[in-house]
Amino acid sequence: MAKSGSHLVLPGLGRHVGAISGGYQKAIHMTLGSRFWRAAVFGRERGRSRAENVGRGIAFMCAALAVLVTIAIIAFITIKGLSTFTVNDVSIKEFLLGRQWMPDRPAEQGGPLVGSFPMLAGSIYVSLFAVAVGAPLGIIVAVFMTEIAPVWGQRILQPAIELLAGIPSVVYGYIGLSTLVPFIRNHFGGHGFSLLAGFLVLSVMILPTIISVSSDSLRVLPRQWKEASVSLGATRWHTIFYVLLPAARAGILTGVVLGLARAFGEALAVQMVIGNTRQVPHSILDPICTLTSAITLDMGYTVMGTMWNNTLWSMGLLLLTVSFLFIVIIKVVVKRMAPQ
Amino acid sequence: MRKGSRLSSLVIYILMAMLVLALVGCGKQESSEGSEKSGSSNEAGESASEEISGFITAVGSTAMEPLVKAAADQFTSKNPKAQVVVQGGGSGTGLSQVFQGGADIGNSDVFAEEKEGIDASQLVDHKICVVGVACVVNPGVTVDSLTKQQLIDIFTAKITNWKEVGGPDQEIVVIHRPKGSGTRATFKKFALDGTEESDKGMEQESSGAVKKIVAETPGAISYLALSYVDETVKAMAIDGVAPTVEGITDGKYPVWAYQHMYTKGEPTGLTKAFLEYMLSPEVQDTLVTQMGYIPITQMKVERDAQGNVKPL
Repeated sequence: MAKSGSHLVLPGLGRHVGAISGGYQKAIHMTLGSRFWRAAVFGRERGRSRAENVGRGIAFMCAALAVLVTIAIIAFITIKGLSTFTVNDVSIKEFLLGRQWMPDRPAEQGGPLVGSFPMLAGSIYVSLFAVAVGAPLGIIVAVFMTEIAPVWGQRILQPAIELLAGIPSVVYGYIGLSTLVPFIRNHFGGHGFSLLAGFLVLSVMILPTIISVSSDSLRVLPRQWKEASVSLGATRWHTIFYVLLPAARAGILTGVVLGLARAFGEALAVQMVIGNTRQVPHSILDPICTLTSAITLDMGYTVMGTMWNNTLWSMGLLLLTVSFLFIVIIKVVVKRMAPQ
Repeated sequence: MRKGSRLSSLVIYILMAMLVLALVGCGKQESSEGSEKSGSSNEAGESASEEISGFITAVGSTAMEPLVKAAADQFTSKNPKAQVVVQGGGSGTGLSQVFQGGADIGNSDVFAEEKEGIDASQLVDHKICVVGVACVVNPGVTVDSLTKQQLIDIFTAKITNWKEVGGPDQEIVVIHRPKGSGTRATFKKFALDGTEESDKGMEQESSGAVKKIVAETPGAISYLALSYVDETVKAMAIDGVAPTVEGITDGKYPVWAYQHMYTKGEPTGLTKAFLEYMLSPEVQDTLVTQMGYIPITQMKVERDAQGNVKPL
C-alpha cells in the first residue's frame, strides 16, 4: 500500500516523482553506502514519494531523540549517583543500610554520615501499604465497571476515574494535610503525620492507574470464554472469579505494578503528610521519610559536587533502579502469564 | 545481516548522542561569552551616560527572596532600563551559582566560609540585614521561657513531655527545617550551642509549612525567622530574653544571622548599583523593617564567620 501511495495521490506525476526520488536515493545510497540509512530513512523499497521520505526521516529523528534523551538522563543520574561511592568513598552498604543521616557533620565530630535506610524503608512501606489498599479496591471497581454494570458503570465511573487521574498531586497532599492529618491525630493518636496518612493518600492516587489497566485487560477478553463458562452452569460470581480474573491476570498485575511504581516515585503529596522523620517506623502512626521526600527536602541546600549533593543523586539512582525493576517485573509477568 | 544493522544502529545512536552533547557544550560557551559581552557593554554605557541598565540575576536563600524581590521591583521601576531577576533555590544554590558564575549575586543566610565546597576567598560578602530566629511553640503550650539547656534537651529528645519543663501533660512534637536550611543552622549554632539534634523530629520544607504545622499541632515546637512569627504561634523567650529587635541589636538575644549577598570579586556596573541600593536608607529603613528584618545599620554588635561577637 505504501508503495503505491504516490501513484494514488498524484496519478499524473507519480512516475515522474518516483523516478526523481529513485535517483536521489541512489545518490544518497552511493554517498553513505549504508544499508542502515537506506532502511531507516527511505525504507527497503524504492520508488517512494519525496513527502513520504521526509515524513519517515522526521519520524526517525523523533524516535532517535526520545531514545537519546532517555539514555542521556540515565547516564547522568548514574554518573552522579555513583560518585558517592567512587569519589566520596562511601560504601554501598553504609549508604543502603546506615540509619544515621548527618550529611553536614564536620570532620572533627566524626565526619558526615549518609545512611539512607530509613528513607528506603519509608518508601517501600508506604508504597506497599498503598498497593495493599489500592489494588483490591481498584480491581473490584474494574470488575464492576466491565462485568456488573457495563453501561452506567462506563458512563459514570470512567469520567470519574479520569478526573481522579487529573487531580494534581499537590492537591491530594493539601487535602491530606488539611483533613486526614487532623483526623488521624484526633481519632487514632500520634501526631497525625504518619505512614497511615501517607499510604491512604497514595492509595487514592494509584486507583486510576490500577482501574484503567485492569478494566482494559478485562474488556479485551474473548466474549466466548464468558459464554462458555455461563453455559456450563457457572454463576456470575464463578465466571468472574474463576474465569475472567485469572484470564486477565497479566493485565491486572501490570496495573498493580504500575500503581506500585507510581506510589514509589510520588514525592509531593506524600511529603506533605508523612512528617519526614528519618527513622524506621514501628507503627503505622509513626512519621516516616521517603527517598523522594528526602531529595526534595535537601535539594536546595546542597552545593553541586559535594558529598551531600552526590548522596541525593544516589537516592535518585536508587529510585531509578527500583522502577527499572518494576518494568522488568511487568515484562516478565506479561510474557509468562498472557493467555495463549 | 540483522546483527550488522543492529550494531550499526547502535553506533549511529552513540554518534548522535555525542553530536548533541557537543552542540550543548558549544551553546553554553556561546551564552557565557554573550553575557560577558553584555556586561562589558553595560559598564561602557554607564560611564558614558550615567544611566543604569543591563540584566543581572540574584539567586539563593528563600528566606531572603521576598526582600530582594521587593527591593528589585522598586529598583527597576526607578531604573527602567535595568532588569534584576531574583530566584530562590536555597543558600547552597546561591553560593554555588555565584561561585561558578551562573548568577551575579548569591543570596545566602550563612557565611560562605561555613558552606562546604565553596572557596570563600573568591567571594565578596555584602551584609544586607540581620534576621532573628525565634523558638516557636503551639499557642496551647503554657510555658513562656526555656533555658538553653532545656532547649537542648528537648531537641535531643531527652525531654519529651511539656510537663517536665512546667507545662501541661502533653507530648512534645519537634518540627525541623531540613539540614542545610539557614534558619536551622542559625538555631542549632546559637540556641543549641551546636548540639546535634535527635533524628526523631519531623522535617518541613519551608518556613511557611513550619508555621502552619506548629499552629495546628498541639505540643509542637520549632523555630522560625522573626519575619514569619505572628499571632498563630507563640514565640518563646530563651534564658528569659524574648526575641525582639532591641534584644538582637543590643546583643542580648543570641539567635540571629546576617543575610548576605555574595559577589564573585568586587561588584561592578549594575550589580554594584543594586547592592548600593540594598544598603541605602530607602531599602534599609522601609522594606527591611517592614518585612521583619533588622537593618544592618541598627546593629550595635558585629559577628564574624567563626561566631565571635564584638560591640561596634
